[in-house]
Amino acid sequence: MRNIDEKKYEKYVKQITPTHSLPLNMLKAFFTGGLICLLGQFITDTAHSLGADLSDARTWCSVLLILLSVILTGFGIYPKIGKFGGAGSLVPITGFANSVAASAIEFRAEGQVFGIGCKIFTIAGPVILYGIMSAWALGVIYYILKILEVIS
Amino acid sequence: MIKNLHNGAASIGFDSPLYFESCASIVSQKEGDGPLGNLFDMICKDPMFGCDTWESAESTLQKEVATLAMNRCSLTPEDVQLMFAGDLLAQTAATSFGSAGIGIPFYGLYGACSTMGESLSLGSLALTAGFGSRVLCTTSSHFASAEKEFRFPLGYGNQRPFSATWTVTGSGACILNTAPPGENSPLRSSGGCAAITGLTAGRVMDYGLKDSMNMGGCMAPAACDTITRNFADFGRTPSDYDAVFTGDLGVIGKKILLDLLGEQNIDLSPIHQDCGILIYDNETQDTHAGGSGCGCSATVLAAYILPKVVSGEWKRILFVPTGALLSKVSFNEGDSIPGIAHAVVIEHVEV
Repeated sequence: MRNIDEKKYEKYVKQITPTHSLPLNMLKAFFTGGLICLLGQFITDTAHSLGADLSDARTWCSVLLILLSVILTGFGIYPKIGKFGGAGSLVPITGFANSVAASAIEFRAEGQVFGIGCKIFTIAGPVILYGIMSAWALGVIYYILKILEVIS
Repeated sequence: MIKNLHNGAASIGFDSPLYFESCASIVSQKEGDGPLGNLFDMICKDPMFGCDTWESAESTLQKEVATLAMNRCSLTPEDVQLMFAGDLLAQTAATSFGSAGIGIPFYGLYGACSTMGESLSLGSLALTAGFGSRVLCTTSSHFASAEKEFRFPLGYGNQRPFSATWTVTGSGACILNTAPPGENSPLRSSGGCAAITGLTAGRVMDYGLKDSMNMGGCMAPAACDTITRNFADFGRTPSDYDAVFTGDLGVIGKKILLDLLGEQNIDLSPIHQDCGILIYDNETQDTHAGGSGCGCSATVLAAYILPKVVSGEWKRILFVPTGALLSKVSFNEGDSIPGIAHAVVIEHVEV
């Protein structure tokens, strides 16, 4: 067998492989993510104007966005939004809901426990774990800074 | 008596050809909408094939195609002595619950998307050794079960890179026979029939690539290796073949293959075709680099390649299904993705 220069081959493959246009993808992500946030703001404002206090209005916003995302996932529409919007549809709470709902739908055939139960967080799991971990780390830093009276 | 049919480094030339007696292909609507759509034996509109799960859908698909291949020659399972079959699912479950259920003595194979080449090779070897007169070679793949096995749930919204391929939902089956096909065989023309006259066994080739979304790049070195050894072992050049079909390199893998062969001063571009590029219209069907999966090369062989060899339009072709040998675990553990390619020489034989 010939001696292979793996680095050179990797570089060559990378060079001939077409990639998505980054500026265009960023624009689409900005547009999609922006629209989702706009919708969230609309829900919050509407709930607030209907008499909910600001905290409740924000809860309504989260809950309704999650519901919408799960319904769109069930009808197979969210993957299309994700294909177009990329990170714009991945980062908001709707993307998180999509990853949970999609796993639940896919693995329901394997049963309530080993299917949905074990695999519902296959994609969202890392976000939950490391999200909580970083919140904890930030909490510790906050606590120390408070003791040192750097922040009041 | 010990036969020594070994040819060169890794090839075998059969002293008597192994004939294609029957074949069949079944695909889903997406492949039916592709450029080869009107050539497949059956197009099933329901991607679930009347089942409740993707896995059983693939099993049903594979069982149907094996049955269809036998029916086309009025054969029963008792007429077939051996079966070599495989698929992409873990522990090749689609095959165990699929064509293996028909009742033919069965060897299960895993060669990723190269499995059709592997099953035809082993089938030819078994027949040449005298283990029966008829073998069935079947492979299948299903887009949804493969996505579930190797990637994300279908409902998950993400972006696929341009180098990614689209797993073919389809299954192909071939029946090999030591005797030429009879008059009623679908693979018999007035001029002759198609037969396997030689093979080149693939080696695992690893150029260290780790991108599972660029299978073409992972498999092209294996295709290059097998094709060059086939040429060397049989003392042939590209002009000795009317066409060379790789399995599922896709547009990027095809370019790499032609470049790698070019480095060895072999110009394959006039006769090279790729089943993955043939089966979809990448522009309109949003399949990015092309089709892939065990079903890709198997259905293209049964629907497109074999009839043209039978009619005599092509006198000799090389069929080289390519496979990327990764598992979910090996990928997560940071291993590279080795490729393999098995070549089968198929010739038009006058009867």
